[in-house]
Amino acid sequence: MSGSLIEVRGVSKSFGGVVANKEVSIDVAEGGITGLIGPNGSGKTTLFNSIVGYHPIDEGSIKFKGQEISRLRVPDIARLGLLRTFQQTRIYSKMDCMKNMLISVSHRDEGLGSMFGSMHDRETEAFAEELLEFVGLYQKRFLIAGELSFGQQKLLEFAMALMNRPKVLLLDEPTAGINPTLINGLIDRLKRANEQFGITLFVIEHNMRVIMNLADRISCLAHGELLATGTPDEVQNDPRVVEAYLGAH
Amino acid sequence: MSAQKLDLSLYGVLVAAGILVPLLAPAFTSQMAILWLMVLMAVTWDMTGGQMGYNSLGNIAFFGIGMYASAVVQIGIVYDVAEYTAAFGAIKVDFTVEQYWTGLLLGIGFGGVVATVFALIIGPFMLGLRGPYFAIGTLGLAVAVAELVSGWSYVGGGSGISMPVFPGEAASGSQVFYVLLFVLAILAHVVIRAIYKTRFGLAINAIRDDEDKAEAMGIHTTRYKVTAWMVPAFFMGMAGAVFGNMSGFIEPLEVAFPTATFGIFMVAMALLGGKGTVWGPVLGAILFHIVKEVTWTHLLGWQWVALGAIIIINIVYFQQGILGWAQDRWPSLFGVTVDEKTTRTGQAEAAK
Repeated sequence: MSGSLIEVRGVSKSFGGVVANKEVSIDVAEGGITGLIGPNGSGKTTLFNSIVGYHPIDEGSIKFKGQEISRLRVPDIARLGLLRTFQQTRIYSKMDCMKNMLISVSHRDEGLGSMFGSMHDRETEAFAEELLEFVGLYQKRFLIAGELSFGQQKLLEFAMALMNRPKVLLLDEPTAGINPTLINGLIDRLKRANEQFGITLFVIEHNMRVIMNLADRISCLAHGELLATGTPDEVQNDPRVVEAYLGAH
Repeated sequence: MSAQKLDLSLYGVLVAAGILVPLLAPAFTSQMAILWLMVLMAVTWDMTGGQMGYNSLGNIAFFGIGMYASAVVQIGIVYDVAEYTAAFGAIKVDFTVEQYWTGLLLGIGFGGVVATVFALIIGPFMLGLRGPYFAIGTLGLAVAVAELVSGWSYVGGGSGISMPVFPGEAASGSQVFYVLLFVLAILAHVVIRAIYKTRFGLAINAIRDDEDKAEAMGIHTTRYKVTAWMVPAFFMGMAGAVFGNMSGFIEPLEVAFPTATFGIFMVAMALLGGKGTVWGPVLGAILFHIVKEVTWTHLLGWQWVALGAIIIINIVYFQQGILGWAQDRWPSLFGVTVDEKTTRTGQAEAAK
């Protein structure tokens, strides 16, 4: 682990009178898995949206590899290698899985000419197949993605993100709506993605068992403010975190 | 692959029909010319409307712009355009055969280029609109362009322009325009089909399915969207140039910008055959044209009712169109299959 890949400093964001994030500062360590927890409505997804450029922030700064990105647009940030998956799973529902994968390649150094480049080079296809096998969808690669089950769509979205070979992957509740048996497999795959492909992960998660297993550092948000940051053990035993979750206000 | 063979044989059928029908039944030549024009319109519309999901109701603007651009070029290489149009056809310019052909070919090329440039300029603004807003916006665009041309005296305003007369017999003239439209339609389909096989095809499909996701994945969405409008504009512009010459006289409302007829027909044809499929728009155009001509002949007075009924039934009960329906009905014919192998190396998962 060599320093922070993403540095969030004093970020505030409000929608009308609702303060969704207030002076939040978080570091995402390079090569690690950082967790983000907090009760519903505590501003986790808003923070994700701010990082990927979905909306402008009111105050603060967000740096990726030392570069200020808080004023860049969504596709520009994505092309830097900072990718997110959605809480409401999003895939290209009328295309088959293989095509979903092929169009998810990185668009980092794409000139005008490559718009009409071939999509059928063996290397790209082999990598797509490898990743589909990795998430267990190899058999279904020619099925229309929208007809897969919700859990399978989540896995496909994850595979699409890996296809892009990002530096950082922001995962918004990767295990929501997935059955408990499959969750173990998913944790395993997330860890392998982190180790084998060297992708830094930043994960929002409600399932405590998952996040305590997965992350090496965890931050907790409540009412838009950063409550605590630390190792899973520290956060788990922090009385403020327990209080926020049990709602003992 | 068998899909490729099927495509090749379909091209064979189309080319054979395109050559044989006017030879065996010369009376149908002008009907067939219009058919090719409709095929071209439906196929090019489908790139933006079907494959990318941006339902344009204004592609007819490219048609008219191409037509006027070619008229200006064709007259302009011999005569002063403003004087020519100011005389309302009273000036008879005799074009030499050479001047005519140079003008025609230059005009067709120019028509395509001007329409493409127009799409390039207007595209980034229009394509920022989504869903129904884009449809209404483009409809407004077509109407506005038609109105602007009507008020522009340099190109004759509402009273139009008489096009250069074809040197030679009228019959051979209509054969020439027939061949031009036929070649353009086939060329448009071949080019567009080839483009769909590249990254471009996947990217515009991705934009159709979820544009926000496509942006979040880093796809250059604006670049793809504008190009997916420029390609139809190019072919529509050239088709407009040919059609203008074929008509002999052009004016803004009925010939150059027929928003309520061709402008709507191209959408209806693509929907009928199955939008977002490679052959659907061709099939739709052929069926639609046949129904249109048959009702014009045998149900005169009711032809608009019949066409309207087809469009309504199509949109209410049958949105996916003929080929779209076939694809839902027999998915395995279209490559939607479960692979028996569970892994890449091909070992069936026997143990567990």
